[in-house]
Amino acid sequence: MDKRTTEREAVSELRDGMTIGIGGWGSRRKPMSIVREILRSSVKDLTVVTYGGPEVGLLCNAGKIDKLIYGFVSLDSIALEPHFRKARQAGAIKAAELDEGMLQWGLLAASHRLPFLPTRSGLGSDVLEINPDIKLVKSPYDDAEELVAMPAIELDVAFIHMNRGDARGNGQYLGPDPYFDDMYCRAAKRRFMTVEKIMPTADMAGEGPLQTRIINRTMVDGVIEAPNGAHFTECPPDYGRDEAFQKEYAATAKDEDAWLEFKKTYLDLESEAEYQEAVAKR
Amino acid sequence: MSDATRSATRGEICAIACADAFRGNGEILASCFGTAPAIGARLAKATFEPDLLMTDGVCTVVEEPNPVSGPGHDLVVEAWLPFRAIFDHLWNGNRHVIMAASQIDRFGNHNFACIGEHSKPKAQLLGMRGAPGNTISHTTSYWVANQTAKVFVPKVDVVSGVGNDRAAKLNPASTRGHDVRFVISNLAVYDFQTPDRSMRLKSVHPGVSVDQVIENTGFELTIEGDVPETRMPTAEELSLIRDKIDPKGFLGREVPNPE
Repeated sequence: MDKRTTEREAVSELRDGMTIGIGGWGSRRKPMSIVREILRSSVKDLTVVTYGGPEVGLLCNAGKIDKLIYGFVSLDSIALEPHFRKARQAGAIKAAELDEGMLQWGLLAASHRLPFLPTRSGLGSDVLEINPDIKLVKSPYDDAEELVAMPAIELDVAFIHMNRGDARGNGQYLGPDPYFDDMYCRAAKRRFMTVEKIMPTADMAGEGPLQTRIINRTMVDGVIEAPNGAHFTECPPDYGRDEAFQKEYAATAKDEDAWLEFKKTYLDLESEAEYQEAVAKR
Repeated sequence: MSDATRSATRGEICAIACADAFRGNGEILASCFGTAPAIGARLAKATFEPDLLMTDGVCTVVEEPNPVSGPGHDLVVEAWLPFRAIFDHLWNGNRHVIMAASQIDRFGNHNFACIGEHSKPKAQLLGMRGAPGNTISHTTSYWVANQTAKVFVPKVDVVSGVGNDRAAKLNPASTRGHDVRFVISNLAVYDFQTPDRSMRLKSVHPGVSVDQVIENTGFELTIEGDVPETRMPTAEELSLIRDKIDPKGFLGREVPNPE
């Protein structure tokens, strides 16, 4: 089955109020071409599940997020995402903040189709005050320990970005860390994977060891070729983070005119191709 | 005391106190937030705790981590530790982390998440990050680069790291890994070796008075008799810090030397 599609087709499946998962970690291997397409769309009131990076600030600024379920929001080389900080301090989003490990557990529970997974993470902390819907569960064994019953985080749609893929939806990461992208896919009803390069399946073996082939085609409904699609987040070994661009983006949080200029130059465009042209012209 | 030792800065004394926090830890993962803790862990590993595991800050365990000021040598990788394996590792308990604290209270409840109400904070800080899971799972110490009564507070705005009073209310099986061990600030070192596991002044850094510590603490601190001084670095430790671990002097930016 040929699953090749476009960002526009994928994002056209989104409906107001849906829960979407965005793979990657901080400012690393984020499906940014999809995020930019969401910014161009009219969809709103999203619940976004993420180990957050710049997609959170961008979606907050565009008023797309109703609720954020997250472990953190960071740009890595800039510890806190400044546009996210602004949105939080304005009380603009519902913030379902979790411990980083709890988020993994919620995604894993959903990907295993379990109602919850037990963990000690969260016990004694204010994560349980912030998320009053998260309950405790008593071990049925002799220890009778009370644990956090981390509920499954079920996704309507998941978006991930991989280095390589084929037209059938097999995906390969070539960087140092798979993050949790496989779990996002298994936790979701619909799954879209952008890749740096679509290639014949047989050629993928030459790109990296077997262990890099973490996404199989049952986990993906649509594949989109998006060269430089994770920009300005990093996507090694294809490219590093565009630190200069990220700095420029971060600085616009404190300067409304600079933000409007950034938005006009890089976001108020018709397509990803125009974005990549604008970036190349810098 | 040699001339070299006498020239130790306040930052270097803090780094030594952080190194000493790892003393006796053996073969565990040492993780750090902040410059003084990062220097301390490297120093401990280079001297009295050679079996400590350290990462490159991304996803590999390396034999000798880079200087705190950036790449310095070719890294020899010991093992792969992507984020999902970090969670496996820390839930297993084999780790001692030193986390920065924006607020900390008498029982070691910690906040670096936000100031004010969580639903609409006055100041959004780092967020919860891994603090809840870290503190319930393994040994945790804290680093405060600029201690004031606004950091050492009667009550933290949001509990990200679990303190001793809250842990005491949980099932003992849940807190088998909970161990809030030290707080190291630019003024002093603290532990929780008291009957109710509240904070005790363990040592003051040379040049700091106990009154100065009290002035900069917003709660009642246990102070027993004559408080010892934090130890000075050895000449070997100072040359390791200055020549190998922090050749660009990042430490002085985090902890300015008192005038």
